Amino acid sequence: MFKNKKTSAALSAPYTAWMTIFIIVPLLMIFYYGLTDSQGSLTLANITAIGYGVYFKSLLLALWLSFLCTLICFILAYPLALILARVSKNAGQGLIITIFILPMWMNFLLRTYAWLTLLEGNGIINGILSFLHLPTQHMINTPTAIVFGMVYNFLPFMVLPLYNAISRIDTAVFEAARDLGAGRRQTLFRITLPLSVNGIISGVTMVFIPALTTFAISTLLGGSKVLLIGNVIESTFTQVYDWHLGSGLSIVLMIFIIINMIISNISDARQEAEG
Amino acid sequence: MEKELIRLENISKSFDGTLVLDELDLVIHENEFVTLLGPSGCGKTTTLRIIGGFETPDTGRVIFDGKDITDLPPNKRQLNTVFQKYALFTHMDIAENIAFGLKIHNKPKSYIDDKIKYALKLVGLEGYEHRKPSSLSGGQQQRIAIARAIVNEPKVLLLDEPLGALDLKLRQEMQYELIRLKNEIGITFIYVTHDQEEALTMSDHIVVMNQGYIQQEGSPEDIYNEPENAFVADFIGDSNIIDAVMVRDELVNILGTEFPCVDKGFGEMKPVDVVIRPEDVELVSPDKGIITGEVTHIIFKGVHYEMEVTALGFEWLVHSTDMFPVGQTVGIWVDPYNIQIMNKPESEDEEAIPLDV
Repeated sequence: MFKNKKTSAALSAPYTAWMTIFIIVPLLMIFYYGLTDSQGSLTLANITAIGYGVYFKSLLLALWLSFLCTLICFILAYPLALILARVSKNAGQGLIITIFILPMWMNFLLRTYAWLTLLEGNGIINGILSFLHLPTQHMINTPTAIVFGMVYNFLPFMVLPLYNAISRIDTAVFEAARDLGAGRRQTLFRITLPLSVNGIISGVTMVFIPALTTFAISTLLGGSKVLLIGNVIESTFTQVYDWHLGSGLSIVLMIFIIINMIISNISDARQEAEG
Repeated sequence: MEKELIRLENISKSFDGTLVLDELDLVIHENEFVTLLGPSGCGKTTTLRIIGGFETPDTGRVIFDGKDITDLPPNKRQLNTVFQKYALFTHMDIAENIAFGLKIHNKPKSYIDDKIKYALKLVGLEGYEHRKPSSLSGGQQQRIAIARAIVNEPKVLLLDEPLGALDLKLRQEMQYELIRLKNEIGITFIYVTHDQEEALTMSDHIVVMNQGYIQQEGSPEDIYNEPENAFVADFIGDSNIIDAVMVRDELVNILGTEFPCVDKGFGEMKPVDVVIRPEDVELVSPDKGIITGEVTHIIFKGVHYEMEVTALGFEWLVHSTDMFPVGQTVGIWVDPYNIQIMNKPESEDEEAIPLDV
């Protein structure tokens, strides 16, 4: 854009400085702490710790719950995105999207607290159940409660990329499939889903990564009964003060995120090649 | 006349309160190349989409091969469509695109492979099986779209302005290609276009539409030589459309001068529209003409000169291989056979609208 290299270097200087101080340096510190022990000598123990005990269990649980959350978000979001993409602009498409992302205007913690009052032992849901003379349920401080909270918070991140991907498909393509004999279901599975795979991958990425790393939702809705890897890393830093172990576990989590991003980049590149 | 294949009965359709088709009746015969021709918004594409099953008419019926298919979804109809912007499946290669309809209908693999080969040969793209649609040019993509449709052996192929996105040279090539294809596979083509030249070149039967009405149907020659109203005359080719009065049979008064013609049965002293094609206006020496006028413009067009001659207060458009310089006084003579008399539109709906196409 700028022919003069000095100009563009000067323009990018503020962000370069920001990035160096607040992103690159901390990242290098994490790698330094993660790969050394308290004496400062090189070790992989902080990383291999993930294979043992509470670390391993909390990682597996986090993977499982974020998988469930992603799956539920996808099942909820895809039909909605299909409808949104087919509703014409003047038929209130904007309104539906606004309603859908409205919860995001509220503070994240506040939203999660709201689930606390819904799910707790003498909360609103149990209140309704006992009013109907139905047995009350133990819901708070369970993995289920955490999944509820995750889905509620991350669903919009699934809907928007799906909606973008589906609405970008030329409607003539759906008509062509129908014209060639495909029923509605066949059109969905052979045409719509494959053509929106990029949206699916970016939606999955945008839900799975924050779900995997969350500790706020699991702290609030899981109490201290359900530990996810995010909670474990947090307490390693803030309660055990073991920066080396905390950094090591963070690196492991980073690997999962990087894998996810590589998949998403590959699919982007492929889509671009196909035009 | 071939057997009747499709019949549209009393079809009306509106979108958001705007009437697009008004009680349309149309019969299409087997093995015809039918063109629905008209300006944008005339209802031609809606008619095609109703035949294809993508729109349901508000009133009326669609009869296909003797059966009422009005409420049948597109996937249950024995016809296939070629879309304006090709609508190829970008996540599949060419062979998978062509095989799509056959796989849906569970045809055996060897049959599908043969069909792919046959179709690619038919559209002149042998060896393209494993290319992706995005690596093909617009013209090639449109050929694949045609191949993808015809492998299903439809009784009718619907083509929605299929050449609209191609450049002029390619479009002309594809016109001949489509005629060849139609003759080779011997099925009915229903073709939608706003390009009158395309319609005249390819069709057996042209249906001229405007404002949701059929203005005129007939062979290209009929439509061009004997337009029934000013809209058709104006839309198909260049023409001089002049207010006139039919004095009696075989005599018409054009702008105060009487011209002999061959049309009868319009009554006496009846206001009419007269169409004279520019190539039928003959420029002669002033003493030999029915009227005289002055050349005001001249453009060389290659095959002929296009001139404007002012006479009787009207700008006559003239195509001639003879050149008359601007400012020269010339005589105008018109063969009685070349004066086409048309009734004035009876209602506002039929009103001819001047067009920029």
